[in-house]
Amino acid sequence: MTFVRPGVLCAALAAAFPAVASAATDADLKQLREQLRELRQSYEQRIQALEQRLAETEKQASQAAASAAEAGTTASAAARSVVQVESRATEVQAAVDSVARRPAGEGAFNPAVSLILDSKFTRLQRDPASYRIDGFMPSGGEIGPSRKGFSLGESELAFSANVDHLFRGNARFSLAEDNGQGTVEVEEVNVETLAMPSGFKLKAGRFLSGVGYLNQQHPHEWDFTDAPLAYKAFFGPRLQNDGLQLRWVAPTELFMEFGAEVASGERFPGAERKANGAGLWTAFAHVGGDIGESSAWRVGLSHVHSNPRERSFEDNGVNNAFSGRSQTWIADFIYKWAPNGNSSVTNLKLQGEYFQRRETGELTYDTDGAAALSAARFRPSGAYLQAVYQFMPQWRVGVRGDWLRSGTTDLGTLSAGDLPILAGYDPRRQSAMVDWSPSEFSRLRLQVARDQSRNGETDNQVWLQYIMSLGAHGAHTF
Amino acid sequence: MFSKAILRLAVVLMAIAAMPASAALNVFATVPEWAALAREIGGDKLNVFSATNALQDPHRIEAKPSLIARARSAQLVIATGADLEVGWLPVVLREAGNAAIQPGQPGYLEAASTVRLLEVPARLDRADGDVHPGGNPHIQTDPRNLLKVADALTARLTQLDPANAAAYKAGLARFSERWKAALVRWEQAAAPLRGVPVWVQHRSFPYLADWLGLKELGALEPKPGVEPSSAHLAGILERQKATPARLILRPAYSRPTASEWLGERAHLPVVVLPFTVGGDAEAGDLFALFDDTIRRLLAGLK
Repeated sequence: MTFVRPGVLCAALAAAFPAVASAATDADLKQLREQLRELRQSYEQRIQALEQRLAETEKQASQAAASAAEAGTTASAAARSVVQVESRATEVQAAVDSVARRPAGEGAFNPAVSLILDSKFTRLQRDPASYRIDGFMPSGGEIGPSRKGFSLGESELAFSANVDHLFRGNARFSLAEDNGQGTVEVEEVNVETLAMPSGFKLKAGRFLSGVGYLNQQHPHEWDFTDAPLAYKAFFGPRLQNDGLQLRWVAPTELFMEFGAEVASGERFPGAERKANGAGLWTAFAHVGGDIGESSAWRVGLSHVHSNPRERSFEDNGVNNAFSGRSQTWIADFIYKWAPNGNSSVTNLKLQGEYFQRRETGELTYDTDGAAALSAARFRPSGAYLQAVYQFMPQWRVGVRGDWLRSGTTDLGTLSAGDLPILAGYDPRRQSAMVDWSPSEFSRLRLQVARDQSRNGETDNQVWLQYIMSLGAHGAHTF
Repeated sequence: MFSKAILRLAVVLMAIAAMPASAALNVFATVPEWAALAREIGGDKLNVFSATNALQDPHRIEAKPSLIARARSAQLVIATGADLEVGWLPVVLREAGNAAIQPGQPGYLEAASTVRLLEVPARLDRADGDVHPGGNPHIQTDPRNLLKVADALTARLTQLDPANAAAYKAGLARFSERWKAALVRWEQAAAPLRGVPVWVQHRSFPYLADWLGLKELGALEPKPGVEPSSAHLAGILERQKATPARLILRPAYSRPTASEWLGERAHLPVVVLPFTVGGDAEAGDLFALFDDTIRRLLAGLK
């Protein structure tokens, strides 16, 4: 057992070292490394000797059948000793390494920080300030294209870390400039549980709702420069909740996830409210799995319910408001294919979502003046379908079609001429893009689109965009 | 009415949740080699699932729904670690809502933590490509590492499932015995490979080179995870004239273009190694993996 001694010595060394770590100078470290090198050399010699002994023992074993059993035991004992010595050397090495590399003080617990840089060059035929989706009640969100020429997109700054053994905290801010004024938007600030039993997960704070497929993805994860028209029209351009989310994953081989959210519902399709309790509820279910080695899929069905009061919107310079009940259904699917599941060379991604909304209630025309009131009903729908194909490493092409239908609109006693934006119209858009990603942290994209969101006006759009990701970049969801 | 529907749904879901799970311990292995190792040790006491196959680039896996579903009911996750799975495993673990398999819990084991890692980078900069801060994660190409991982895995299985401790101990003893005998056989057979200079497609084989004494002259990838450019390959062709290598090694999952280009011009055999269990038709289990690896290397040398 003579070979154990250096191990003990090293362990003592490693144990003693933290005590002097604060005072450790380069000379100390150098000395330690020197000692370690000597130790390792002596180990290697011993290991070689043991290996030789092992080989000899085994040779003897094969020569003499009678002593085979005995020699075998010795051989395996010797081999075990070799493994022991090696593992002890590894432990000592690891201990010394960790002492040498351990980040000092409070910085050691810094959360993971990531920064997304996004910038665009835009060419538009129409003025983006006049952007609207005809046939749909305006959401009040930022849905228009970025301004003409060079523009800085939203830079995302995200922090995340485990808070303790029960909670994980996430924060994501978007930094942008609006008419020369710097703006900071709180995209997400939430806490999620890490240790709820039986597959449950609870999230509280501000989060992107789990409804649909694209809603939860951040703009830098999108395959196109802008959101689908349906998201712009129905959620302006996404459903962001302040509230609670409960999710549950079923313990089955088929992926089944169910979730429900309660939220303040202060944003479209909800409206500002002054009451206690919640203003928006959602429920969603996702099912997914594989088809062979090469394909993976997921489908989902989601429901969003809210009761907006005095949800105001401007149309042709006049302020109007809607109060009533708003219900939205979303059906979504995503299908990914890659040969043998190896997506590094070629892969295909097909995705689509269908939206339907029913709103019934009262519409007030000109809230600041005439305040004409009438019962009203709306039944808009919309969908998008997109395909993105990586035809060689780093290069992808994609096409997307957007279709919206204003559907049956019943304005009751109000005059349709007073509310031109609600006049029946089916907006459409076709987009195509090609992007190049030299690594998983950078992407350059060229996108063209023919946008017919405005009745009778076609806007041909071109974007050149880069998206760069700095720092800790968390894994992406499916 | 709406809240009543949610309530009803919740009741149904609770009923599903209460259904009994199967008796065998569910093991979720991120890569095929750890799945194969778990099968060697645990046999029928384990229900082993491999999240990936050998033809997938282990650096580019997505957090597919099927993986989340499997992680949900796993009692043990065995991952390589050293950031190999950083692009997908954290999402799978978080989305699965399974507290038992989170890092730091007994249900989470990283194989790389049991062995000494090679190629630990001296500086961390993404300009150097897809570098792994902890060191090169492709530890399974040195069979000596598997003994250490087997020890750690057995200890963990025993901790999680003490009722079957004896079976795991016997499984480990059986495996170690056979593995050590095989090691002697492989090392004898691979003697001609000692000192042989090679090019590698990606830095996939430092542990194999360390074990067999192969001399890695360099990688066809200019930086880890970056596709070789023609200029870089031309540079390698020049270097090949000055310091000739005898083989080009590439793992089964990688794209053949670059290695074939160089092989053709430098008249070098390209050896496609299975890299992990299932990488080719012959590499059906861990023993066959190394039998086949050495057979292919020797065949390339002829």
